[in-house]
Amino acid sequence: MTAPILDKPPTSPAERAAQRRQKRAAAYAEAASLGWKVWVAKIVMLGIIDALAVYAILVLVGQGQWLVPLIIGVVAVVVNVIYLRPGMLPAKYLTPGLIFLFIFQIFVVLFSAYIAFTNYGTGHNSTKEDAVNALLLQSQTRVENSPIYPVSVLERAGDFFLLATDPKTNQVYVGGENRPLEKVAHPEMSGDTATGAPGYRTLSFGEIAQNQDAIGNLSVPLTKDPNDGYLKTTDGSNAYVFLSTLKWDPKADTMTDTKTGTVYYDNGHGSFQAKDGQKLEVGWSVWVGFENFVRAFSDQSIRGPFFAVLVWTFAFAILSVGTTFILGLFLAIVFNDPRMKSKKYYRVVMILPYAFPAFLSALVWAGLFNTDFGFINQVLLGGASIPWLTDPWLAKFAILFTNLWLGFPYMFLVCTGALQSLPEDVVEAGRMDGASVWQIFRHLKFPLLLVAVAPLLISSFAFNFNNFNLIYMMTNGGPQFADASINAGATDLLISMVYKVAFVGANRDYGLASAFSIIIFLLVAGISWLGFRQTKVLEELN
Amino acid sequence: MEATSPAADSRGNGAAAPRRPFRRYFRETGWRHIVGVVMLLFSAFPLVYVLSASVAPGGTLLSTNGLFSEVSFQNYIDLFSNPIRPYAAWYVNTLVIGLSAALGSVFLCALAAYSFSRMRFRGRRGGLLTLLLVQMFPQLLAVVAIFLLLSSIGDIFPALGLNSQLGLIMIYLGGALGANTFLMYGFFNTVPSEIDEAAKIDGAGHARIFFTIILRLVAPILAVIGLLAFIGITGDFLIASTVLIDPDKQTLAVGLYQYVSTDAKEWGVFAAGAVLAAIVPVVLFLSLQRFIVGGLTAGSGK
Repeated sequence: MTAPILDKPPTSPAERAAQRRQKRAAAYAEAASLGWKVWVAKIVMLGIIDALAVYAILVLVGQGQWLVPLIIGVVAVVVNVIYLRPGMLPAKYLTPGLIFLFIFQIFVVLFSAYIAFTNYGTGHNSTKEDAVNALLLQSQTRVENSPIYPVSVLERAGDFFLLATDPKTNQVYVGGENRPLEKVAHPEMSGDTATGAPGYRTLSFGEIAQNQDAIGNLSVPLTKDPNDGYLKTTDGSNAYVFLSTLKWDPKADTMTDTKTGTVYYDNGHGSFQAKDGQKLEVGWSVWVGFENFVRAFSDQSIRGPFFAVLVWTFAFAILSVGTTFILGLFLAIVFNDPRMKSKKYYRVVMILPYAFPAFLSALVWAGLFNTDFGFINQVLLGGASIPWLTDPWLAKFAILFTNLWLGFPYMFLVCTGALQSLPEDVVEAGRMDGASVWQIFRHLKFPLLLVAVAPLLISSFAFNFNNFNLIYMMTNGGPQFADASINAGATDLLISMVYKVAFVGANRDYGLASAFSIIIFLLVAGISWLGFRQTKVLEELN
Repeated sequence: MEATSPAADSRGNGAAAPRRPFRRYFRETGWRHIVGVVMLLFSAFPLVYVLSASVAPGGTLLSTNGLFSEVSFQNYIDLFSNPIRPYAAWYVNTLVIGLSAALGSVFLCALAAYSFSRMRFRGRRGGLLTLLLVQMFPQLLAVVAIFLLLSSIGDIFPALGLNSQLGLIMIYLGGALGANTFLMYGFFNTVPSEIDEAAKIDGAGHARIFFTIILRLVAPILAVIGLLAFIGITGDFLIASTVLIDPDKQTLAVGLYQYVSTDAKEWGVFAAGAVLAAIVPVVLFLSLQRFIVGGLTAGSGK
């Protein structure tokens, strides 16, 4: 073994060197003892990883990126070194998990932080270059009396291209989406019209009909300058020149509407804006600094709902831990009596709510609580029409009630386990001293139990803080706030608000949603850190 | 952890008092049964209701209020005959994604827990603390970043991008270490290290010790973590609904939600789908119950 548990740290340099040599020798011996099958498996796995890495690097460099391929390359080299060299045992065991952790947890957290400082979202989800292209494409109209180009539709690697013959010069060009026309050296001709080009496949009439929409949307730039216009075809055999009514001036950084003469300037917030405040539809994402955070705390129509959601999130998390813990503990005490028969059967039924998938339970309870048709109003309350899920306070109650149903079995199991592992002698000593059952519980059992379950209560708090499924499935966060400019309601937790701001509705605001995420993270991490410090879990790490 | 086997119960009862006067019986034990019966009703009622709704003809919320008044299997037939909502595909997807991600998580976690528990290296304590901190940031919160990350991965490897189940599994594996390493680490520490020392003296390498000795000794915690991961993953709506777009690629959580989010008319079909969807987790849960209770309390004791 390469990493023995050191009894005492080496003192002199000579000793350290000796120990290093010893370690290395042990590592080589270990490596030699591995069977050839392990080596073959290792080489094959590394081969696959390296091949994927090389492929990704080539594609990314081809797209003109440098940072990401560099990172991929470094990681690939490190992985190879770790698994090919003997030694570095902890790294061999940690690397697979860490790679996933870094990409899909740590990186996305940092990426969230980055997005929180941009205006990424609907209308701002690309680069400025893409936005300029999109604007020019959107506002195209056919040029009157422009020449008609006979075309054929070609295909290569799943993309469509137009093969166009210039009607004046009979020169043949090929081009595609974002790929301006370029001359073709040896086209296949049929009369004056080109029908094929080397390296491409010509589509048959049937295939053109099948892909009508994609081909109809294809705009091939005539030259690299988007202001020169595009070729578009409607039938796959004739193409016309289209020109944008907007004119892009890269030097002045302006867009000019050639019909009205309005000039749009880059407003620094990812849009082209005219002097009168009018914005062009498509923008791009830019760094906006703390703007999203400032909006969250100062814009009245966001701040109001945000604070309401924040308060309810805390209330929900605390109450849900409290109610489930009290009921669970009560039941654990009730059923922890050795004289009681058939406890087993009670227990199996009582943990069913924990076993039943939570997202389904929430949907079922939403049905039970339905105002007009639900079982609770119709059968249990004899046809009452209590607005369980549409009144803000009743909806909160319904959610807490459902969460009690969902959560008490867990607390019951945990408390039962903790009660049974309490040291008998302490309780016995209490009894000898003449303490009552209640006193024993209050002063002996409960504090001991609390020490054991405190970390679980904290995790339960953190879990409920982000209990997305329950809220989204039961009330969808509703009833909606009337005066809010964001998609949020009275029972929304922060996490469901983030989801709704980012993905629900026509206006997606990734920047604001990520800013909320970062705020939630800081809150949860801070609270949990304090909690764990209180319960001394951290000191037990050795 | 479970000191309450039936045998112990009957012995305890026999020794205490075979015939107690009713009043004393009630004060000591009887009232506990009343609590038990109330809890049985509370726990089982929604589940009985779903079962009844799934076999009720008509299938609206209102028509399902009479419990088992009529029985028909039309809802189950409808469930499997809707081409726009391919239930069978959702079921298979959920099992495949859930099982592979859960197995992968357990494996990654076990590797990490083994090294944290058995090896001493620089950055070990820092690593454990980092995991604790990372755990505080659930992936749910980074769903926007995950969405954007996958859409750009899709430009290079379309098989891993948006709408890819493999991509979704990788996301879940990314959350594996943060969520469960601690629970497993605590359990690994309870396995005496003399066992691996002895194996080492017999000439076993680290890989052999890990795969053939340690993994067997920690099987209970592997089962618990596997099950918790499986349940967590199959119940995930947020990330799955963001990543999976085509109906025949979606999971049960994403698919079944559509039955009740749009209109309540298909309540019966939803109930049928819910009953079938719950079978696997409930059976797994009940059969591994023993391990779960042990695992949870072992985690709590640490």
